[in-house]
Amino acid sequence: MKRILRVENLSIEFHDHALAEKVVTDLNLDIFEGEIVGLVGESGSGKSLTAMAAAGLLSRHDIKKSGIIDFDGTDMLSAERAELRKVQGNKLSVIFQEPMTSLNPLKKIGWQVEESMKIHMPEMTASERKNRALEVLLQVELKEPERVYNSYPHQLSGGMRQRVMIAAAMAITPKLLIADEPTTALDVTVQMEIIELLKDIRKTYGTSILFISHDLSLVSILCDRVAVMKNGVIVESGNVREIFDFPKHEYTKKLIASIPVVEL
Amino acid sequence: MKKTEKHNYNLILGIVLTAIVLIPAVIGIFYTPYDTESMNLALKMASPSFSHPMGCDNYGRDIFSRIMKGSSITFLIGVGTVFWGSLIGTLVGAFTAYYGGVVDEILMRVNDVIFSFPSLLLALVFVAILGPGTYQVLFALAIAFIPSYARVVRGEFLRQKSMDYVQLARLAGAKDLRIMFVHILPNIRKVLISSILIGFNNAVLAEAGLSFLGIGVSPPKASLGSMLSDAQTYLFSKPELALFPGLTIIIMVLGISLISKEVA
Repeated sequence: MKRILRVENLSIEFHDHALAEKVVTDLNLDIFEGEIVGLVGESGSGKSLTAMAAAGLLSRHDIKKSGIIDFDGTDMLSAERAELRKVQGNKLSVIFQEPMTSLNPLKKIGWQVEESMKIHMPEMTASERKNRALEVLLQVELKEPERVYNSYPHQLSGGMRQRVMIAAAMAITPKLLIADEPTTALDVTVQMEIIELLKDIRKTYGTSILFISHDLSLVSILCDRVAVMKNGVIVESGNVREIFDFPKHEYTKKLIASIPVVEL
Repeated sequence: MKKTEKHNYNLILGIVLTAIVLIPAVIGIFYTPYDTESMNLALKMASPSFSHPMGCDNYGRDIFSRIMKGSSITFLIGVGTVFWGSLIGTLVGAFTAYYGGVVDEILMRVNDVIFSFPSLLLALVFVAILGPGTYQVLFALAIAFIPSYARVVRGEFLRQKSMDYVQLARLAGAKDLRIMFVHILPNIRKVLISSILIGFNNAVLAEAGLSFLGIGVSPPKASLGSMLSDAQTYLFSKPELALFPGLTIIIMVLGISLISKEVA
């Protein structure tokens, strides 16, 4: 299997205060083609920051980064913005946690789903773009895609918006989808639907997914491999089943023990 | 933007008041019933009559015609000032907020310096350098007005910039200019429109103030401010000389502020 993302010895330091603050230390992570990898940890453990770095979003000058992030041949840590732009929205897409603020409130859904096509495939005609947009909207199981296409974000529910986000991310069929807590803001039944949807997407497109969450039960359903993060360090990683059945690190054991068990 | 029917009385009143002043002003650009600059001794200080509805001034010039011409000049100065002030201010605010860093610091400190002078005083200084005249007043006021727009736009841009949809636009591979003016700018339109309308009012008042001080639009050209200035000599003997231009300014400013309140 081909390796899509290689993170080696990644360290991230904040220099926005007098005292430098190390938030990610010597992190190693690989994602292979068609694989779903979970990155689990409590808030503040550096998991989202790692994802942002992998997406090439950490360009602030008060952040010091070292190590290697190699995404399909592009160095995401030090590449120029122009080079990153060729990758972002083309080979790599991101979904955020908050579907309420992730969409531009003033633009129609169709416009936003088509954005990455407009940027990366200028040769597509308007009607081709629309067809593709309707196709992905249907794929994320939105009923009446035509109506959603012409809606504004405030006319949709949270779950529908998250589906729209996924549709927008998949419009151009990326090789890697980074999902940063995509289900955290949703209620439990919708969470499961989104998880199923991500599985379908992998099946249809063979897209690799980096799934970031603090919810181990979701990770156990969705992911092939998982890495557990605490205080900027990966404390344990491996096959999901192994980690769940034989956790080695104290923190992992605690996390697993904290999954609520419903007894009826 | 549209509230209930009840609240729109303000808007209707604002539009009516503005139209009362604006329609004669627009006609005044092309046509006035009498020549506004040639003097006529026979009509010196003539009282209102059918042929001269607002009477004549100390040079025998028809006041109604001069108000038509004068409000069109005042209106053009207001529009021009706000156009250039808001255009340059928006560009400055957008770029400084978006890029931050050294450029931001330099431009905003320059901004602070300009901002720390009252805009009328600043305009006074520019007019003193450039000499009186319609375009000089416009130029001086536009420069004096840039900082307030830059500040408003910068604040709003910073707020929008931190929202997820802007991050996602970056991640879709959009270029900076596209993010700034296609994604963000429409989202700050309400603040921008109301500050443009308020700025228009301030420009009208500032022009009237400058001309009243005798350094604005130079005689024999009419502007609302210069008419007030001329009228002050006869304030007790012939108060209607000041009354009509003064009323015109009040109606114009009141109308625009009612509109700006409703659209914001």
